[in-house]
Amino acid sequence: MSNRVVGQGVRKKDAMALVSGQGVYTEDIAPGGCLCVKLLRSPHAHAVVRSIDVSRAKEAPGVACVLTWEDAPKTRFTQAGQTYPEFSPYDRLILDRHLRCVGDPVAIVAAETERQALAAIDRIRVEYDVLPAVLDAREALDNETLIHPEADWRALVPECGADNRRNLVAHGCDQDGDVEAELACCDVVIDREYETHANQQCMMETFRAFCMPDAYGRLTVVSSTQIPFHVRRIVATALEISKSRVRVVKPRIGGGFGAKQTAVCEVYPALVTMKTGRAAMLVFTREEAMTVSSPRHAMRMRVRLGATRDGTIRAIDMHTLSNTGAYGEHGPTTVGLSGHKSIPLYTHSLRAFRFSWDVVYTNTMSAGAYRGYGATQGIFAVESAVNELAHALGMDPAALREANAVREGEVMPAYYGETAGSCALSRCIARAKEMIGWAEKYPRRTLPNGHVRAVGIALSMQGSGISGVDTASAAIRLADEGTYNLSIGATDMGTGCDTILAQIAAEALECPLSAISVHGVDTDVSPYDTGSYASSTTYVTGMAVVRACEALRAQIVRAGAKLLGCAQEDASFDGEAVACEASGRRVSLCSIAEAQMTAGMDAIAAVASGGSPTSPPPFMAGCAEIDLDPLTGQVKVVDFAGAVDCGTVVNPNLARVQTEGGILQGIGMALCEMPVMDERGRTMSNSLLQYRIPTRQDAPRIRVAFEPSYEKSGPYGAKSIGECVINTPCAAIADAVYNACGVRVRDLPITPEKVLLGAKGEP
Amino acid sequence: MTVELTLNGRPVRAQVEADDSLYTLLRALGVRSVKCGCETSSCGLCTVHLDGQPVLSCSVPAPRCAGRAVTTLEGLQSEARLLGECLADEGAEQCGFCASGLIMNALALARENPSATDEEIDAYLAGNLCRCSGYVGQRRAIRRYLSRIASGEGRA
Repeated sequence: MSNRVVGQGVRKKDAMALVSGQGVYTEDIAPGGCLCVKLLRSPHAHAVVRSIDVSRAKEAPGVACVLTWEDAPKTRFTQAGQTYPEFSPYDRLILDRHLRCVGDPVAIVAAETERQALAAIDRIRVEYDVLPAVLDAREALDNETLIHPEADWRALVPECGADNRRNLVAHGCDQDGDVEAELACCDVVIDREYETHANQQCMMETFRAFCMPDAYGRLTVVSSTQIPFHVRRIVATALEISKSRVRVVKPRIGGGFGAKQTAVCEVYPALVTMKTGRAAMLVFTREEAMTVSSPRHAMRMRVRLGATRDGTIRAIDMHTLSNTGAYGEHGPTTVGLSGHKSIPLYTHSLRAFRFSWDVVYTNTMSAGAYRGYGATQGIFAVESAVNELAHALGMDPAALREANAVREGEVMPAYYGETAGSCALSRCIARAKEMIGWAEKYPRRTLPNGHVRAVGIALSMQGSGISGVDTASAAIRLADEGTYNLSIGATDMGTGCDTILAQIAAEALECPLSAISVHGVDTDVSPYDTGSYASSTTYVTGMAVVRACEALRAQIVRAGAKLLGCAQEDASFDGEAVACEASGRRVSLCSIAEAQMTAGMDAIAAVASGGSPTSPPPFMAGCAEIDLDPLTGQVKVVDFAGAVDCGTVVNPNLARVQTEGGILQGIGMALCEMPVMDERGRTMSNSLLQYRIPTRQDAPRIRVAFEPSYEKSGPYGAKSIGECVINTPCAAIADAVYNACGVRVRDLPITPEKVLLGAKGEP
Repeated sequence: MTVELTLNGRPVRAQVEADDSLYTLLRALGVRSVKCGCETSSCGLCTVHLDGQPVLSCSVPAPRCAGRAVTTLEGLQSEARLLGECLADEGAEQCGFCASGLIMNALALARENPSATDEEIDAYLAGNLCRCSGYVGQRRAIRRYLSRIASGEGRA
C-alpha cells in the first residue's frame, strides 16, 4: 500500500472552525433558558453535616431547586472513567452527609441565572460536626480516623487489595527474579526516595456539562468529556436509572490531558434535570477546577537500584505510596504505571525487579488521571535514580543508558511480560544527544555572566491503549458521490484524533482525506469506544478503522461485481472504481454509491472493533539544557531536545505539537507547578496566579525528532504519542541542575529555594 | 442600566448590571468566540479589542464600554483568516479554546509591531496561556504570519 495520506502533516479537519471562533464547545451550544447550577462546598476537610436549612434558599428569586444529601440517590458510584468492572471503588454519592475533603459538595442549587444561584447558596445554613482530618498520605494507612467507614463502600475488583477499614484503596506487589540476592551482589546500590505532587492538568476549558430531557423522556448529557460511554454508565449508576435512558454527546472540547477521564461535573446537572425536568448547566470556575477536580496522584517512591562496577544495571526494587485523596478515582490503576512503565526501560540488563505499592485515602482533593497516569511519577523516580547511579559510578548518564536500555525483541518481565516488538530507543538516545550537543555540553560550562549551563537526560515509555481491556469500534459507510461517513466513539479533545482516524481510513480506502466525513461522539449513534485515554486512539481505534475499511472494501467489491455482472473473485477495487479483470469493464464508486440507494441493493456499511492483547510502548529520549543563576537559584530551561519512537508517524504536524506540548507540561511540573495546601486541608493554589503554568516566555527552544520503528500490530505501523512525551523533563532537568551545581532535588518542583538551600548544604 | 456601544461595527443597546464585565455582556449578546479560562485576569482567552486596543473582556466593566467600539473575532474574520491558516498549518491551534483570544492579541501585535522578533512575540503574547501546544508551534505560526503579511498577503 502506498502511504499517501498516512504520514502527511495535514490540517485538522476542525481547524478552521476553531481558529475562526465558531461556537462549537459545550457552553456555546447550551439551549436558551438553561438553569445555572452551582454547588455549595464543604469548608472542612472532614466533617458530617449535622443539619442543613435550605428554606430561605428555596424562596430566593429565580431558584428552581435546592438539593441536599436527603434528596440525592443513595447508590455509591465512582466518577473514574474506566472499563467495566471498574478498578476504582464505588465510594461516592452525588451528595453525601459525610464530607471528606474541602470542596466536597454539600448542596446543589439551580436557578435561572448565575447571580440568583450564587445568592441562593448564601442563604443556606449548615451546621457541621468537624472530624479529625488525615492530610498526610504517610499517616493514612491504619489511621484511627477512617475516611470511608460506610457499610455500602464497595470495591468491584477486590484483587486490588482495597480495604476501607484501613484507608487503603490498593496494595500489591509484582516481581521477577530474586531482587534481594541480586542487590546483594551489586557493587553499587542507590537507595533514594523521590516525591511528586498533585499537579493540575489546567486545560483551558474547565469541567462543564449541560443536561436536558429529550422527546422520549430520556436524559441527554452534553459534556466536555474524554469518556462519553463511561459518562453514560456513571450518570445512570449515580441516578439509579437504566443506562438506556441516558444519551451522552461530546462536542468540541477545550483540552483534557486526562482530567476529563473522570466524570467530575456531570452528575450534578443531571440530578437537577431529573428533579426539575429542565435543561441545566454546570460550568466549573477555575477555582473549582483547581480545588475539587482530578489532579495527578501525589506519589512518594523509594527506589533501590543496583549495578555492577562496569555499569550493568542488575536489579530495581521500587515501592510507591500513592495518595488518592478523598475518593479512589484511578487510584488502583495509576500506581501500577509508576513501576510497570519505568522499570522495563532497563530490561536489557535487568536480572530481577520488585515493585510494590500502597494507595491510600486522605482528606484531600480526589486525584484522577493526568497525562502519563503514574508513569510520569515513576519515571521521574527511576530515571533520577539511574542518573544518581551514573554519578556514583563516575559514568556519563547517557552512556549508562545506552548500555542498559531495552532493545527491540526483548521480553519485558516488568511490563506484564510483553515483548518490545518495536523499539528504536537506542536511536532516540543517539538522536537526542546529537540534537542537544551532549558531547560538547556534558556536564556543564560557566558563562561570562556567572550563570551555569548544564545538560541532563532521561528516557521514557508509555503504552498504546490498555492491553486486553480497551476496545474501540468504528463504523464506516459509503455515501453519495462515493464519499464516506466515518463514525467513531473516540473523543478528539484537541489532539486531532478525528483527523488522524480519517487519515487512516483514507489510506485504507485509497481516497483523498476530503472524502471522509468524521462524526463523534454521540452514544446513541457512535459505535462503542472506551474513550480517549491511555494513549489509545491512534493505536486501538485506529485498528478498528483499518478493519472496518477492509470489511467495507469487500462490500464495495461485491456490489461492483453485481453491477458489472461478474464474479466477485474477478473484481477488484482501486479506490475509484471496481473493475472486472476478465472484461476490463469498470463501475465507478460514485455509481455504486447511487445504486445502493435504489431497491435491490444492500447498504454498504461496516462496523469493526479494535482491541489488542498487547500495548506496544512508544519510547522517548529527552535532553534538557538549563541555565542556572547561582546567585538566585533560578533555573531556566534554554533548550530541550526530544527524540520519539511512536512507530509510524501518522500526522507529523500533530505528533510534533503533541510532543512540544507534552514537554512543556513536563517542564512546568519540574520547575514551577506546585499545589499548595494549608494545615486545614484547603488548597491555596486555587487559581492560575497561585498555580503557575509555563507562559510563552518560559517556553524554551523545544526541538522534536522522530525515530520511527514499525509496530506490526498497529495501524500502518503506528503506536501512541500523547502521554509518553510528558515523562522525560522532570528527571532530565533534575540531573541538569545537579550537573550545574551539585544539588540533587528529589522532591518536585525544583524551586530556587531548594537549589540555594541545597547548595548551602541545608535540606 | 442601559449601555449603548458598537459591537463589530453594529450599534447595540443592552441592559447590564453595574458590576457586569464586558465578557458577561458579550456572551449574553451571543458572541461565542470569547472564552473564559480563569477568574483572575491570567489566561488571555477573553481578549477582544476595545476601540482597537486589545483588552481582557473579563476585567473591563461593561458600563465602561458605553459609546465605545468593541470588536471580537466575529468582526475580524477576513483579517484573521491568514493567521488562522498559519496556526492550522502547524496544528498549533490544538483544542482551539485559547485560539480566539490569542488571535485577537496577535492581530493587535501585527498592527503595532509587524516586524516583531521571537522575544517580542513572546513578551506581547505572554498573557495568552495555552496548555496544549507548548507555544513553539504557535510561535512558528505567528512568525510565518508576520512574514506573509510583510510580503503583502492577507490584509483585508
